[in-house]
Amino acid sequence: MANKFFVAPSPHVHSAQSTRSIMRDVLIAMLPALAVSTWVYGLDVLKVSAVAVVSCVVIEYLIQKFLFRGECTVSNLSAAVTGLLLAFNLPSSIPWWIVVIGSLVAIGVAKMTFGGLGRNPFNPALVGRVFLLIAYPVQMTSFPAPVVEGYADALSGATPLAAIKAGVPVEDVDLLSMFSGTIPGSLGEIAAAALIVGGIYLLWRRVITWHIPVAVLGTMAVFAFFVALADGGGARLYQLPAFHVLAGGALLGAIFMATDYVTSPMTHKGMIIYGIGIGAVTMIIRLWGAYPEGMSFAILLMNAVTPLINKYVKPVRFGLATDKK
Amino acid sequence: MKTFPIGGVHPSDNKKWSNTKAIEVMDLPDVVNVPLGQHIGAPATAKVAKGDKVLTGQLIAEASSFMSANIHSPVSGTVTAVDMQVNGQGLRQMMITIKREGDEWLPSIDRTPQLVRECTLDSAAIIAKIKDAGVVGMGGATFPTHVKLSVPPGCKAEYLIINGVECEPYLTSDHRTMLERGDELLVGVEILKRAVGVDKAVIGVENNKPDAIEHLRRLIAEKGYGVTVEPLKVQYPQGGEKQLIAAVTGRQVPPPPGLPIHVGAVVCNVSTVVAVYEAVQKNKPLIERVVTVTGKHVQSPRNLLARMGTPISKLLEKAGGLPEGDVKVINGGPMMGRAMVNLDSPVTKGCSGITVLDGDEARRGVESPCIKCAKCVAACPMGLEPYLVSKVSRRKMWDRAEQERVTDCIECGCCQYSCPANIPLLDYIRQGKQTVMGIIRARAAAAKK
Repeated sequence: MANKFFVAPSPHVHSAQSTRSIMRDVLIAMLPALAVSTWVYGLDVLKVSAVAVVSCVVIEYLIQKFLFRGECTVSNLSAAVTGLLLAFNLPSSIPWWIVVIGSLVAIGVAKMTFGGLGRNPFNPALVGRVFLLIAYPVQMTSFPAPVVEGYADALSGATPLAAIKAGVPVEDVDLLSMFSGTIPGSLGEIAAAALIVGGIYLLWRRVITWHIPVAVLGTMAVFAFFVALADGGGARLYQLPAFHVLAGGALLGAIFMATDYVTSPMTHKGMIIYGIGIGAVTMIIRLWGAYPEGMSFAILLMNAVTPLINKYVKPVRFGLATDKK
Repeated sequence: MKTFPIGGVHPSDNKKWSNTKAIEVMDLPDVVNVPLGQHIGAPATAKVAKGDKVLTGQLIAEASSFMSANIHSPVSGTVTAVDMQVNGQGLRQMMITIKREGDEWLPSIDRTPQLVRECTLDSAAIIAKIKDAGVVGMGGATFPTHVKLSVPPGCKAEYLIINGVECEPYLTSDHRTMLERGDELLVGVEILKRAVGVDKAVIGVENNKPDAIEHLRRLIAEKGYGVTVEPLKVQYPQGGEKQLIAAVTGRQVPPPPGLPIHVGAVVCNVSTVVAVYEAVQKNKPLIERVVTVTGKHVQSPRNLLARMGTPISKLLEKAGGLPEGDVKVINGGPMMGRAMVNLDSPVTKGCSGITVLDGDEARRGVESPCIKCAKCVAACPMGLEPYLVSKVSRRKMWDRAEQERVTDCIECGCCQYSCPANIPLLDYIRQGKQTVMGIIRARAAAAKK
């Protein structure tokens, strides 16, 4: 017979998903937020994003080629995802060289020192961001005002979270503009509606499951609700939870950063514990910490707990569950 | 709609190639090779020698222990050899070779198409007839049916569950059997109910086969058979015995050495039930079965009623031959079937289909690092952590593999199917499972001394 036979153990078929297709889906899911941000802040957004993506990809390529002297795997798009996520955590007015330094820390320190994709204990983009926040606090916290027409500067150039921290009552914050994105903030975190659209896309493509985002945001909302309750209740009972879910990096963090595969737990139960931890730590920092926003710190802190969660939280084993009948 | 509780995946079912093709009788082969081991357990002992004349349906090899099965001649003719031959996977196996001369059946076999519904035998007599006929599970696992039906002391059967799920992609032999041999199937179910002494019998069918569900329900309503049809939500591996029991009854079979009977269930595949009907009512041993020959690039996929021992190459010829180029020929379906190297190997009792994948479909992707996406954990129907079990097996950490419950694995392939990094998870898990089971057996043997 002229045919050559392939022989391998089962299974002989494979789902359509690959590492590359997943990374591509994440990039696609970030496009709506990128578009809204460009509309709000102008072309600086695209410039910062491009610098971050290109520098992350180039740094990963150079490290793999000249330090690891191994296979170059930038085509799996994971470095591009890290780059875009890093950009999403930066103000659009940031100088380009700071972006490059952030990329170097994200890819070089947080990812490649541990052996590359799949081995890093901490979310690379967040390590990059937190490094920059500490090293360049001024550039990292001066946000340009939106250039959109009709932008009412009720918050006088500060992010909603900074304004609250400074004592502005939550009743004065326009929740609708936080939903649409016409507020000061990091370039990827402002557009709540667009981030939610991206999240729905990721759920539909089965890239992420609902567990982490729902646990993070649910915890934050419940936490805020009780804080408002202790504060006397009234309209704040729904305003404060809504504010905290929409403000700062909550949605960006819950949908895109906390769901990072490598640094989040492996079981659904574990994901929920991890999400609750992130939500609670974020709220504690926001309400009683020195920084107005705590999402990055909360995610990095829970990243550190992930191996512990994986060790102790096991899936429900078939046949060992308590008998229903 | 019911389904099993944990994990599962949705591979595209690809049944459209053959699910409308009626069962055709395959031409009789000139020579058959009949392996002595076509079932789980000890191979049968040959009862014929070179030069013996045999009739179709005559016993040629006898069950060598309780956990074994009889084997009968699929054709009439002369035995030309009883020796080692290469099987489909390229391994040598004991086979009886028979050169066909006509097709003269054993006179005791009733070959009329008449349906015989009446059965007054008691349980022991039914099981004895099933054992004599060499009936084994025809869904692929080939577990001897008489062993399954012999309820051990201290256990009580409550449910008879008939497996018409056929969750394996591509295969349609059970589907066609339900459509074309519905009455025989339903009489077979009634016989099995007598055999195991239960009132409740349920046929589980995935709802991608609405015609089969409707057909069986109509027959049941018309003729008053004591069985119900349970449509199940499509999800692989629902046809796994433990998954099907959980889907139908909500009960979970405990881990090994737990058996279905420990939750009161006895499960039989639909083709097996038809074989039971033939064995009990028609005295016909298991010498032929329906084999789906299918694949996107197979010219005319079909469902063939073939005698055991027929070379698989003849079935492929009947379906228009292999496509050009490099292919993977699978004995079974693409999730759990075995890749073949020798197409002249015979059809056996567990061969429900031959699936042909072309090069691009069959080639494995290049492995890349694990990105801890947790898809394998979500997919595992046994609630294991395949990434971890695979990793510790790969590193030969057998104690750890046992602790992570490697022996619970049913080798369904869901983990490897869903892995975006193309890691051959199941290869290592399988190796770990076999090694750990060996260790457990050795430990038990040492404890006895």
